Amino acid sequence: MNRRPFLKLTSAIAIAAALTGTAAAADTIRIGAVAPRTGPLAGGATVTQWPSIELWVHQVNEAGGLNVDGEMMLIELIEYDDQTNPGETIRAVQRLATQDNAHFIIAPYGTGLNLAAAPLFDRYGYPQIAVSAITDQQGALAEQFPNMFFTLGTTTALASDLVDVLEGMRDAGDLGNRVAMVNVADAFGIELATAARPLFEEAGFEIVYDTSYPLGTQDLSPVINGAAAAEPDAFVAWSYPPDTFGLTEQAMIAGLDVDAFYTAVATPFPGYGARFGPAAEGVLGAGGVNPDSEAFQAYAAAHLEVTGAEPDYWASATTYASLEILAQSIEAVGLDRAEVSDYLREATFETILGPISFDENNSNAAFWTVGQWQGGVFRGVASRDRDGAVPVILKDGWE
Amino acid sequence: MEILITGLLLGGTYALIAMGLNLQYGVARIMNLANGEILVAGGYVAFIAYTAAQLSPLLTIFIVAPLAFGINWLIYRIMLQPLVTRAKNRGQLETDSILATFGLSFIGVGLMLSFFGGDYFSYSFMAVPVELLGNSYGANRAISFAMAVVICGALYIWLNRSRAGLSIRAIATAPASARLVGIDVKRLSALAFALGGAVTAVGGALISTYLTLDASTGVVFTLKALIIVIMGGVGDVRGTIVAALLLGVLETTVATLIDPGLTLAAAYVMFLGILLFRPQGLFGKKTT
Repeated sequence: MNRRPFLKLTSAIAIAAALTGTAAAADTIRIGAVAPRTGPLAGGATVTQWPSIELWVHQVNEAGGLNVDGEMMLIELIEYDDQTNPGETIRAVQRLATQDNAHFIIAPYGTGLNLAAAPLFDRYGYPQIAVSAITDQQGALAEQFPNMFFTLGTTTALASDLVDVLEGMRDAGDLGNRVAMVNVADAFGIELATAARPLFEEAGFEIVYDTSYPLGTQDLSPVINGAAAAEPDAFVAWSYPPDTFGLTEQAMIAGLDVDAFYTAVATPFPGYGARFGPAAEGVLGAGGVNPDSEAFQAYAAAHLEVTGAEPDYWASATTYASLEILAQSIEAVGLDRAEVSDYLREATFETILGPISFDENNSNAAFWTVGQWQGGVFRGVASRDRDGAVPVILKDGWE
Repeated sequence: MEILITGLLLGGTYALIAMGLNLQYGVARIMNLANGEILVAGGYVAFIAYTAAQLSPLLTIFIVAPLAFGINWLIYRIMLQPLVTRAKNRGQLETDSILATFGLSFIGVGLMLSFFGGDYFSYSFMAVPVELLGNSYGANRAISFAMAVVICGALYIWLNRSRAGLSIRAIATAPASARLVGIDVKRLSALAFALGGAVTAVGGALISTYLTLDASTGVVFTLKALIIVIMGGVGDVRGTIVAALLLGVLETTVATLIDPGLTLAAAYVMFLGILLFRPQGLFGKKTT
């Protein structure tokens, strides 16, 4: 092989790349995004994470960019698919930091992937405004990784607010004392079930059925039949998307007759309401929003227009809010990452969810915890410091 | 009784998942790792036909089957035939086909992502209870079981009665000798591969009526199919059916009587047991 033309070609490419690189650096802000496009969490990320990023970049660039020290800079988005594999998430963050020279990196999707990437965000000094990372370890994590921030709440808050909602229904005389609880055998499901168990007992509930099932179980009828045989008044499932759909369908088929029916992740997805229609009425789920707020309605309309899909009724809006927070920080202090992190700790941000600020644990203390399908819309029924919660209703059959 | 019926219904699902792979692996000798993607694609077509045109998945399968047959025939002719021709022995063909179809599965996922997006697709079709011997079961699962019976029965009869079927079994048993007695191995291998793809896609269309799928879920089904085919014995329709039903009943029994958390463990214990005591599978013949 003749080496010279090859060398010429590669050096030409290298020079061209360097030129375009410096040209781009002058007037764009490079924002990295890494989240699943494939793998087990791809379905959730496709509903919750990617469209909000797309919408935000579209809106910022449409408005002429972000104002950095008096200069309007457009956003250049660099995307990576991590295949729901923590190793790939880490590799992508490293690549964004060292080769793409991203100014900022949007936090990954999912608790595990966020935790996996946290040391790298920390090492390269990137602020990590995590959304879909729900854990009780926020204080410890913030201490270890001072630039990691949390927006969507804690495990215990999700569990204890559901217990509170059910307790309220019971004390009003609408609900009996018997609870059937199941969970997916995965970090998320196990952590929530472990948190909920003592809370139910403290509140005086009797847990009449308590079991877990493996991720990806293809027939959930034994789970629903087992729960039904225990004659519960309330059914609670700490579930993931495919099983959220499967458990609901099986409950309809088996005619599981409860006054409160709760499934966790994906219950606030528009696809859930579309699939089950009127049968979804009264189903409780994790999260929620205030769908009547003007800010949310404007966001949902723009989301549909730009991405062709509806946002979910929980983490979609929070994902968008986390990007609003990033944008406001950049406009306030510029592209210096350390200064942005300091600003994140101190300032209060105006978002579509209302004001957000971070406490001493880098946590946003105002978030939605429990929602319910009412009249074809998933409405928040319990929150920490958010306005617009509506009263909870009883589940009245599956018709 | 309830356990038995629930288990058999689940077993029907497993038979649908595994039957196509059995044809492809047993006869065409292609260990098709893109099997799950074909299944998910079948489910997508059913989903789109149902949501866009209110077309029942029971009718959609008549579109899905010839479509999948054609696509799989092309895949075999263009991509896999050269591997078969150049392979010196069965081991080499297996390695090559595993690598090639592994790549194919990524292409499948990528194509589905770009055409349909990564969102979950799920719809409600016949999600109503049917009464069987005093207990209620999902009508969609029952229908899908009935279809599994029809498909497996038809395959079994075809393989044992028709000339083409007998030739295919001859290839499965002894590919080198089959050529000597005037069987067109090339053509029939392509036929078996395409037929396997069609069965898998139809299975996907039926399964989509009660399972929530997305573009990336294919690999789950490939793995399940692999386990069932190996348990039943490669190239034997009866073996796949029996293994699928056994697995369904076992998982349901464990889930109901012991703990749903142990179904996966139970399935692997059964798999391990069969590998230990009958490595050729329940109905497989010992390799000579």
